[in-house]
Amino acid sequence: MAKVTYIKGKEPHKLERRLIFRNVDRQGWNPSISRYLSDGGYKALRKALKKKPGKITEEVKRSGLRGRGGAGFPTGVKWGFIQPGNKKPVYLICNCDESEPGTFKDRYIVHQDPHQLIEGMVISCFAVGAEIAYIYIREEFPEAARIVENAIKEAKKEGFLGKNICGTKFNCEFHVHRGAGAYICGEETGLIESLEGKRPYPRIKPPYFPAAMGLYMCPTIVNNVETLCHVKHIMEMGGEKYSDIGMPRNTGTRILCVSGDVQKPGYYEVEVGKMTMGELLNDVCGGPLKGRKFKAVIPGGSSAKILRCSDTYNVACPPETEKREISFEEIPLDFDTMAACGSMAGSGGVIVMDDSRRMSWVLNNINEFYAHESCGQCTPCREGSTWMKKITARLVAGQASPDDLDTLESVAYQIDGRTICAFGEACAWPVESMIDKFRDELLAETVEGNAQSALNAEQEAQRRYLKDAVACADKP
Amino acid sequence: MSHSILTEQVSSHQTSGTRHHAPFDVTEKIEQEASLRIQQYPEDQKRSAVLPLLHIVQSEFGFISSEAIEWVAAKLDLNPIKVEEVVTFYPGLRQHAPGKYHIRVCRTLSCAMGGSYELMDKICELAGIDRTQSSHHNPVAVSPCGTWSVEFAECLASCGTAPVCLVNDDFHENLPAAKVPQLLENYR
Repeated sequence: MAKVTYIKGKEPHKLERRLIFRNVDRQGWNPSISRYLSDGGYKALRKALKKKPGKITEEVKRSGLRGRGGAGFPTGVKWGFIQPGNKKPVYLICNCDESEPGTFKDRYIVHQDPHQLIEGMVISCFAVGAEIAYIYIREEFPEAARIVENAIKEAKKEGFLGKNICGTKFNCEFHVHRGAGAYICGEETGLIESLEGKRPYPRIKPPYFPAAMGLYMCPTIVNNVETLCHVKHIMEMGGEKYSDIGMPRNTGTRILCVSGDVQKPGYYEVEVGKMTMGELLNDVCGGPLKGRKFKAVIPGGSSAKILRCSDTYNVACPPETEKREISFEEIPLDFDTMAACGSMAGSGGVIVMDDSRRMSWVLNNINEFYAHESCGQCTPCREGSTWMKKITARLVAGQASPDDLDTLESVAYQIDGRTICAFGEACAWPVESMIDKFRDELLAETVEGNAQSALNAEQEAQRRYLKDAVACADKP
Repeated sequence: MSHSILTEQVSSHQTSGTRHHAPFDVTEKIEQEASLRIQQYPEDQKRSAVLPLLHIVQSEFGFISSEAIEWVAAKLDLNPIKVEEVVTFYPGLRQHAPGKYHIRVCRTLSCAMGGSYELMDKICELAGIDRTQSSHHNPVAVSPCGTWSVEFAECLASCGTAPVCLVNDDFHENLPAAKVPQLLENYR
């Protein structure tokens, strides 16, 4: 394959390993099919079409690929949930709703390299036996919807979509379905309801596991954009070889999206688990802003529990060794260790906060998001997310009482685990973890905390006055 | 649609932006686009085309009027309430006319840390917009001349280039408040 050079100023960091983002910011690259074909595009599809569909699923299982949308569920296993002997049509849905705050990876794939996604999707459709696939693109990506629709037309013209793909008996049609600005459509069953033309209220599982009863009550596979792109590479290099990238049970590369208080925010594709938090933030992202120190990091999108940079973590690192104390900087960026540290790798959205940030303000911002985005189906989430927002708004305004913090915590724990979908956890975890890690700071912002600090300021002034007075008295 | 308190509360009414948008009228072109979209879904699942049809209406007329809701419902053999419940759910669907240029500023954490509230204040100041009247149900604030309107949006998925905004369909990133005069100038 041709040597890849990147646009000046956008070159990947030397610790990166570009697989999915190989063509992002590449010099002379464009989203057309001719450009994609000139770089060896659609070869993986031809290779896949020569295999039996079941063999592709086997290959994906062997690769150890885990979903990149947030939950980290093994992709091959998900595909295997479709009942053998199923007679209903099977649907594949590409989840390009990318709405988890802090995440901005799918944006670049659909804008700059749509054919990689289409190739990965056709292979996946062939593997699971789907003849119709929908790409659910969030409404806030109008340009991407046009690019992907155009790419579908191109692929159809070249015979990679439509009837008798590449001369085989396999037929497959793709359609773009645009969302309308709701975070809940990123939840797979919510997305399916939205695609059916209803309000996107998530369905209860069981029985509505998409692989059994999904779109139009037919077996449906919902995968994230990045996940489907990985399928193409697994086909290209083989599952076994793909699983050599990264760490055992945490294979492949993944795109980390860093935003917030770092010198160089942006997207970085790394081997899963091969890079530590310290390397990512200090080496790749250039460290904290001038004169600042890192205070806290949300490692996997705003729903992930916040980690304090000054903490140590007692985890098995590397996996299957004795547990030991590691610093925040030593945490490897993989699914399992991140979970052991009390948070999650989630969608790969790393939001960094330095010592200039007030945690009450950060938490209130997050709470406003969830209060706005709760779909309103389950009472604990609908009411609780708004209550939590109201309490943190009081806290930011300096009008909260210390009791409010206990109320806030109790509301969060009453949402957690008591809702139909994972939104309940998504809105409760930031609150729970923030109170757990920054209780003192939050308490100091309550009315009594403020009064106390006013008192302290007064005492301090008095002390200084007395000191000055003594100093004066000492003078001859 | 019969007149009720609900109609008064949630159906569209005039704003200063109304003059910049054509009144709802189904042209041949719209009929064709709608038919193409309906064909994307299995024949017995026409309801799936609700969002695509609403997008056609909104991009053509700026917002979704009660007439438009009835048209979509008739097109898909649905009761209008089934369309209305979708319209009132999604933050991306509007029931009142925005300005000629509708600006959506990302409000979520990374952008807020990067100065999106300052960005919003500056846009409002230079476009002459009063945001105090906007609410959860009607988040869009329109300038008196109807040229501009603003709204806070939740995460636009470009946190690494915060703060960001959308002006109609155009995406703008790395946009500190100081760049607002230049931004608005582009559209004047």
